[in-house]
Amino acid sequence: MELPNLTLIKEISGNDIEFENSILDIIKLEFPEEVAIFKTNFEQKKYVEASNNVHKIKHKISLLGLKNGLETASAFELQLKQEKLELYPNFIEILDKIHVYLYN
Amino acid sequence: MNCIIIDDDATARLITKQLCLKSEQINVLEEFESAIDAIKYLNTASIDLVYLDIHMPTFSGFDFIETLKDPPKIILTTSDKNLALEAFEYKSVVDYLVKPITKERFNKSLEKLDSLSTSEKKPTKQKNTSDFIYVNVDRRLVKVSIPSIYLIEAKGDYINIKTEEKNYIVHSTLKKIEDKLPSDSFFKVHRSFIINIKEIIDIEDNTVLIKKDVVPVSRSNKSELMQKLNLL
Repeated sequence: MELPNLTLIKEISGNDIEFENSILDIIKLEFPEEVAIFKTNFEQKKYVEASNNVHKIKHKISLLGLKNGLETASAFELQLKQEKLELYPNFIEILDKIHVYLYN
Repeated sequence: MNCIIIDDDATARLITKQLCLKSEQINVLEEFESAIDAIKYLNTASIDLVYLDIHMPTFSGFDFIETLKDPPKIILTTSDKNLALEAFEYKSVVDYLVKPITKERFNKSLEKLDSLSTSEKKPTKQKNTSDFIYVNVDRRLVKVSIPSIYLIEAKGDYINIKTEEKNYIVHSTLKKIEDKLPSDSFFKVHRSFIINIKEIIDIEDNTVLIKKDVVPVSRSNKSELMQKLNLL
Protein backbone atom coordinates (compact mmCIF):
# COMPACT_ATOMS: atom_id res chain seq x y z
CA MET A 1 0.00 0.00 0.00
CA GLU A 2 1.24 3.45 -0.91
CA LEU A 3 1.97 5.60 2.13
CA PRO A 4 2.84 9.28 2.53
CA ASN A 5 6.57 9.91 2.87
CA LEU A 6 9.08 12.73 3.00
CA THR A 7 11.32 11.61 0.13
CA LEU A 8 10.35 14.40 -2.24
CA ILE A 9 10.27 17.08 0.44
CA LYS A 10 13.79 16.07 1.48
CA GLU A 11 14.88 16.24 -2.15
CA ILE A 12 13.38 19.71 -2.60
CA SER A 13 14.85 20.99 0.64
CA GLY A 14 18.26 19.52 -0.14
CA ASN A 15 18.15 17.94 3.32
CA ASP A 16 17.82 21.37 4.89
CA ILE A 17 15.87 20.38 8.02
CA GLU A 18 14.62 23.89 8.68
CA PHE A 19 13.24 24.20 5.15
CA GLU A 20 11.79 20.70 5.38
CA ASN A 21 10.00 21.56 8.62
CA SER A 22 8.65 24.81 7.24
CA ILE A 23 7.16 22.93 4.26
CA LEU A 24 5.56 20.40 6.62
CA ASP A 25 4.26 23.14 8.92
CA ILE A 26 2.54 24.93 6.10
CA ILE A 27 1.08 21.69 4.73
CA LYS A 28 -0.27 20.90 8.21
CA LEU A 29 -1.79 24.36 8.38
CA GLU A 30 -3.36 24.44 4.92
CA PHE A 31 -4.40 20.82 4.46
CA PRO A 32 -7.38 20.68 6.88
CA GLU A 33 -8.71 24.01 5.60
CA GLU A 34 -8.50 22.88 1.98
CA VAL A 35 -10.15 19.55 2.76
CA ALA A 36 -12.97 21.30 4.66
CA ILE A 37 -13.61 23.66 1.72
CA PHE A 38 -13.60 20.72 -0.70
CA LYS A 39 -16.09 18.74 1.43
CA THR A 40 -18.41 21.72 1.74
CA ASN A 41 -18.40 22.34 -2.00
CA PHE A 42 -18.86 18.66 -2.72
CA GLU A 43 -21.80 18.35 -0.32
CA GLN A 44 -23.38 21.43 -1.88
CA LYS A 45 -22.88 19.83 -5.30
CA LYS A 46 -20.65 22.70 -6.41
CA TYR A 47 -18.57 20.29 -8.42
CA VAL A 48 -16.55 22.80 -10.45
CA GLU A 49 -15.43 24.53 -7.27
CA ALA A 50 -14.75 21.13 -5.70
CA SER A 51 -12.64 20.24 -8.74
CA ASN A 52 -10.58 23.39 -8.17
CA ASN A 53 -10.15 22.39 -4.53
CA VAL A 54 -8.89 18.96 -5.62
CA HIS A 55 -6.42 20.67 -7.94
CA LYS A 56 -4.96 22.60 -5.02
CA ILE A 57 -4.85 19.54 -2.74
CA LYS A 58 -3.08 17.61 -5.51
CA HIS A 59 0.13 19.54 -4.88
CA LYS A 60 0.23 18.31 -1.30
CA ILE A 61 -0.55 14.75 -2.37
CA SER A 62 2.41 14.80 -4.74
CA LEU A 63 4.67 16.51 -2.19
CA LEU A 64 3.96 13.64 0.18
CA GLY A 65 5.14 11.14 -2.41
CA LEU A 66 1.77 9.59 -3.25
CA LYS A 67 2.25 8.91 -6.95
CA ASN A 68 -0.83 6.72 -7.35
CA GLY A 69 -2.76 9.10 -5.16
CA LEU A 70 -1.80 11.93 -7.47
CA GLU A 71 -3.09 10.02 -10.48
CA THR A 72 -6.38 9.29 -8.72
CA ALA A 73 -6.72 12.93 -7.65
CA SER A 74 -6.00 14.15 -11.20
CA ALA A 75 -8.64 11.81 -12.61
CA PHE A 76 -11.13 12.84 -9.93
CA GLU A 77 -10.44 16.51 -10.65
CA LEU A 78 -11.44 15.93 -14.28
CA GLN A 79 -14.42 13.75 -13.33
CA LEU A 80 -15.82 16.44 -11.05
CA LYS A 81 -15.83 18.93 -13.91
CA GLN A 82 -18.16 16.51 -15.70
CA GLU A 83 -20.17 15.96 -12.50
CA LYS A 84 -19.00 12.35 -12.27
CA LEU A 85 -18.39 11.16 -8.72
CA GLU A 86 -17.10 7.59 -8.91
CA LEU A 87 -13.65 8.37 -7.55
CA TYR A 88 -14.93 10.23 -4.49
CA PRO A 89 -14.35 7.31 -2.06
CA ASN A 90 -10.84 6.76 -3.45
CA PHE A 91 -10.03 10.44 -3.05
CA ILE A 92 -11.37 10.50 0.53
CA GLU A 93 -9.17 7.49 1.28
CA ILE A 94 -6.12 9.45 0.15
CA LEU A 95 -7.12 12.44 2.27
CA ASP A 96 -7.58 10.20 5.30
CA LYS A 97 -4.16 8.63 4.77
CA ILE A 98 -2.54 12.07 4.69
CA HIS A 99 -4.50 13.20 7.74
CA VAL A 100 -3.27 10.22 9.76
CA TYR A 101 0.31 10.79 8.58
CA LEU A 102 0.34 14.51 9.40
CA TYR A 103 -1.43 14.59 12.71
CA ASN A 104 -0.59 11.32 14.47
CA MET B 1 17.23 39.45 -10.96
CA ASN B 2 14.17 40.74 -9.11
CA CYS B 3 11.12 38.52 -9.06
CA ILE B 4 7.69 38.09 -7.58
CA ILE B 5 5.84 34.84 -6.87
CA ILE B 6 2.14 34.43 -7.60
CA ASP B 7 0.43 31.31 -6.31
CA ASP B 8 -2.74 30.73 -4.32
CA ASP B 9 -1.05 27.78 -2.60
CA ALA B 10 1.10 28.86 0.36
CA THR B 11 3.13 25.64 0.25
CA ALA B 12 4.02 26.26 -3.38
CA ARG B 13 4.97 29.86 -2.64
CA LEU B 14 7.20 28.77 0.23
CA ILE B 15 9.01 26.19 -1.90
CA THR B 16 9.54 28.59 -4.80
CA LYS B 17 10.72 31.31 -2.44
CA GLN B 18 13.18 29.02 -0.69
CA LEU B 19 14.57 27.76 -3.98
CA CYS B 20 15.03 31.38 -5.09
CA LEU B 21 16.77 32.31 -1.85
CA LYS B 22 19.16 29.39 -2.18
CA SER B 23 19.99 30.32 -5.76
CA GLU B 24 21.52 33.71 -4.78
CA GLN B 25 20.64 34.75 -8.30
CA ILE B 26 16.98 35.56 -7.76
CA ASN B 27 15.81 38.23 -5.39
CA VAL B 28 12.19 37.73 -4.29
CA LEU B 29 10.60 41.15 -3.85
CA GLU B 30 7.05 40.04 -3.05
CA GLU B 31 4.73 37.06 -3.09
CA PHE B 32 1.04 37.13 -3.89
CA GLU B 33 -1.86 34.78 -3.31
CA SER B 34 -3.85 36.51 -6.04
CA ALA B 35 -2.84 37.59 -9.52
CA ILE B 36 -4.99 40.70 -9.25
CA ASP B 37 -2.99 41.92 -6.26
CA ALA B 38 0.18 41.25 -8.25
CA ILE B 39 -1.09 43.39 -11.14
CA LYS B 40 -1.70 46.27 -8.73
CA TYR B 41 1.85 45.83 -7.44
CA LEU B 42 3.31 45.82 -10.95
CA ASN B 43 1.79 49.23 -11.56
CA THR B 44 4.19 50.59 -8.97
CA ALA B 45 7.26 48.36 -9.26
CA SER B 46 9.58 47.10 -11.94
CA ILE B 47 10.55 43.45 -11.88
CA ASP B 48 12.44 41.07 -14.17
CA LEU B 49 10.71 37.78 -13.53
CA VAL B 50 7.45 36.28 -12.30
CA TYR B 51 6.98 32.76 -10.95
CA LEU B 52 3.35 32.32 -11.87
CA ASP B 53 0.85 29.60 -11.01
CA ILE B 54 -1.58 28.91 -13.86
CA HIS B 55 -4.47 27.41 -11.96
CA MET B 56 -5.86 30.02 -9.58
CA PRO B 57 -9.47 30.79 -8.71
CA THR B 58 -11.23 33.70 -10.47
CA PHE B 59 -8.09 35.00 -12.24
CA SER B 60 -5.74 32.45 -13.79
CA GLY B 61 -2.08 32.76 -14.67
CA PHE B 62 -2.99 33.06 -18.35
CA ASP B 63 -5.44 35.88 -17.51
CA PHE B 64 -2.57 37.60 -15.71
CA ILE B 65 -0.25 37.40 -18.75
CA GLU B 66 -2.94 38.65 -21.10
CA THR B 67 -3.70 41.61 -18.85
CA LEU B 68 -0.15 42.95 -18.90
CA LYS B 69 0.83 45.14 -21.85
CA ASP B 70 4.52 44.43 -21.51
CA PRO B 71 4.92 41.37 -19.29
CA PRO B 72 8.31 40.55 -17.75
CA LYS B 73 9.85 37.10 -18.15
CA ILE B 74 7.51 34.49 -16.77
CA ILE B 75 8.18 31.03 -15.40
CA LEU B 76 4.97 29.11 -15.06
CA THR B 77 4.54 26.80 -12.10
CA THR B 78 1.70 24.31 -12.25
CA SER B 79 0.50 20.90 -11.17
CA ASP B 80 -0.94 20.43 -14.64
CA LYS B 81 1.39 18.83 -17.19
CA ASN B 82 -1.01 19.38 -20.07
CA LEU B 83 -0.83 23.13 -20.50
CA ALA B 84 2.74 23.43 -21.79
CA LEU B 85 1.75 23.92 -25.42
CA GLU B 86 -0.68 26.68 -24.57
CA ALA B 87 1.85 28.20 -22.16
CA PHE B 88 4.59 28.64 -24.74
CA GLU B 89 2.20 30.51 -27.04
CA TYR B 90 3.00 33.47 -24.79
CA LYS B 91 6.28 35.11 -25.75
CA SER B 92 7.03 36.13 -22.19
CA VAL B 93 6.95 32.54 -20.93
CA VAL B 94 10.50 31.25 -20.62
CA ASP B 95 9.92 28.02 -18.72
CA TYR B 96 7.24 25.68 -17.40
CA LEU B 97 7.81 23.99 -14.08
CA VAL B 98 5.61 21.13 -12.95
CA LYS B 99 4.92 21.07 -9.22
CA PRO B 100 6.34 19.93 -6.93
CA ILE B 101 9.38 21.78 -8.23
CA THR B 102 12.58 19.92 -7.49
CA LYS B 103 15.85 21.69 -6.81
CA GLU B 104 17.40 20.09 -9.89
CA ARG B 105 14.64 21.29 -12.21
CA PHE B 106 14.67 24.74 -10.62
CA ASN B 107 18.41 25.04 -11.24
CA LYS B 108 17.98 23.99 -14.87
CA SER B 109 15.47 26.76 -15.21
CA LEU B 110 18.01 29.23 -13.83
CA GLU B 111 20.53 28.07 -16.42
CA LYS B 112 17.95 28.70 -19.10
CA LEU B 113 17.35 32.20 -17.73
CA ASP B 114 21.09 32.83 -17.74
CA SER B 115 21.50 31.82 -21.35
CA LEU B 116 18.53 33.98 -22.34
CA SER B 117 19.98 37.00 -20.57
CA THR B 118 23.34 36.44 -22.26
CA SER B 119 21.82 36.27 -25.73
CA GLU B 120 19.78 39.41 -25.04
CA LYS B 121 22.94 41.27 -24.05
CA LYS B 122 24.78 40.39 -27.26
CA PRO B 123 25.06 43.58 -29.32
CA THR B 124 23.03 43.49 -32.48
CA LYS B 125 24.54 44.77 -35.67
CA GLN B 126 23.36 48.32 -36.11
CA LYS B 127 22.36 49.62 -39.49
CA ASN B 128 24.40 52.47 -40.79
CA THR B 129 22.25 55.54 -40.37
CA SER B 130 24.58 57.95 -42.15
CA ASP B 131 23.19 60.12 -44.95
CA PHE B 132 26.05 59.08 -47.21
CA ILE B 133 27.47 55.93 -48.60
CA TYR B 134 30.94 55.52 -50.11
CA VAL B 135 31.09 53.35 -53.20
CA ASN B 136 34.07 52.04 -55.11
CA VAL B 137 34.00 53.34 -58.68
CA ASP B 138 37.08 52.81 -60.85
CA ARG B 139 39.29 52.39 -57.75
CA ARG B 140 37.98 55.63 -56.27
CA LEU B 141 35.74 55.84 -53.21
CA VAL B 142 32.94 58.14 -54.22
CA LYS B 143 30.58 59.76 -51.74
CA VAL B 144 26.92 59.29 -52.70
CA SER B 145 24.07 60.97 -50.88
CA ILE B 146 21.59 58.26 -49.82
CA PRO B 147 18.45 60.40 -50.19
CA SER B 148 19.48 61.14 -53.78
CA ILE B 149 19.37 57.44 -54.71
CA TYR B 150 16.06 56.55 -56.28
CA LEU B 151 16.79 53.12 -57.72
CA ILE B 152 19.34 50.33 -57.46
CA GLU B 153 19.37 47.57 -60.02
CA ALA B 154 21.33 44.31 -59.84
CA LYS B 155 23.25 43.45 -62.99
CA GLY B 156 25.22 40.24 -62.57
CA ASP B 157 28.15 40.90 -60.21
CA TYR B 158 27.43 44.63 -60.28
CA ILE B 159 24.76 47.00 -59.09
CA ASN B 160 23.68 50.17 -60.83
CA ILE B 161 22.99 52.91 -58.31
CA LYS B 162 20.82 55.59 -59.88
CA THR B 163 20.69 59.10 -58.47
CA GLU B 164 19.26 62.34 -59.84
CA GLU B 165 22.73 63.50 -60.92
CA LYS B 166 24.31 60.33 -62.24
CA ASN B 167 24.51 56.56 -62.14
CA TYR B 168 27.22 54.51 -60.42
CA ILE B 169 28.13 51.00 -61.53
CA VAL B 170 29.61 49.28 -58.48
CA HIS B 171 30.97 45.77 -57.94
CA SER B 172 28.62 44.69 -55.13
CA THR B 173 25.30 42.98 -54.39
CA LEU B 174 21.81 44.22 -53.60
CA LYS B 175 22.00 42.47 -50.23
CA LYS B 176 25.13 44.41 -49.22
CA ILE B 177 23.73 47.79 -50.13
CA GLU B 178 20.32 46.98 -48.70
CA ASP B 179 21.95 46.54 -45.30
CA LYS B 180 23.35 50.07 -45.54
CA LEU B 181 20.09 51.78 -46.46
CA PRO B 182 17.34 53.01 -44.13
CA SER B 183 14.48 50.52 -44.30
CA ASP B 184 11.83 53.22 -43.92
CA SER B 185 12.84 54.72 -47.31
CA PHE B 186 14.22 51.84 -49.32
CA PHE B 187 12.47 48.63 -50.19
CA LYS B 188 13.45 45.62 -52.28
CA VAL B 189 10.47 45.30 -54.62
CA HIS B 190 12.01 42.57 -56.75
CA ARG B 191 15.05 40.30 -56.50
CA SER B 192 16.85 42.70 -58.88
CA PHE B 193 15.56 46.08 -57.71
CA ILE B 194 15.61 48.26 -54.62
CA ILE B 195 13.63 51.46 -54.84
CA ASN B 196 13.43 54.66 -52.85
CA ILE B 197 9.78 54.62 -51.78
CA LYS B 198 9.72 58.41 -51.51
CA GLU B 199 10.40 58.69 -55.24
CA ILE B 200 7.51 56.54 -56.43
CA ILE B 201 5.37 58.39 -58.95
CA ASP B 202 2.76 55.75 -59.49
CA ILE B 203 1.98 52.07 -59.15
CA GLU B 204 0.16 50.07 -61.73
CA ASP B 205 -0.51 46.37 -61.41
CA ASN B 206 2.89 44.86 -60.67
CA THR B 207 5.08 47.79 -61.65
CA VAL B 208 6.11 51.08 -60.10
CA LEU B 209 7.21 54.22 -61.89
CA ILE B 210 10.29 55.79 -60.31
CA LYS B 211 11.42 58.93 -62.14
CA LYS B 212 11.39 57.61 -65.68
CA ASP B 213 12.09 54.00 -64.79
CA VAL B 214 9.39 51.36 -64.74
CA VAL B 215 10.35 48.75 -62.17
CA PRO B 216 8.73 45.32 -61.68
CA VAL B 217 7.29 44.45 -58.27
CA SER B 218 7.23 40.79 -57.38
CA ARG B 219 3.84 39.50 -56.23
CA SER B 220 5.22 38.39 -52.87
CA ASN B 221 6.55 41.88 -52.08
CA LYS B 222 3.60 43.92 -53.26
CA SER B 223 1.50 43.77 -50.08
CA GLU B 224 4.47 44.83 -47.94
CA LEU B 225 5.17 47.69 -50.31
CA MET B 226 1.55 48.83 -50.09
CA GLN B 227 1.79 48.80 -46.29
CA LYS B 228 4.77 51.13 -46.44
CA LEU B 229 2.90 53.70 -48.51
CA ASN B 230 0.86 56.50 -47.07
CA LEU B 231 -2.38 55.34 -48.69
CA LEU B 232 -5.58 57.33 -48.54
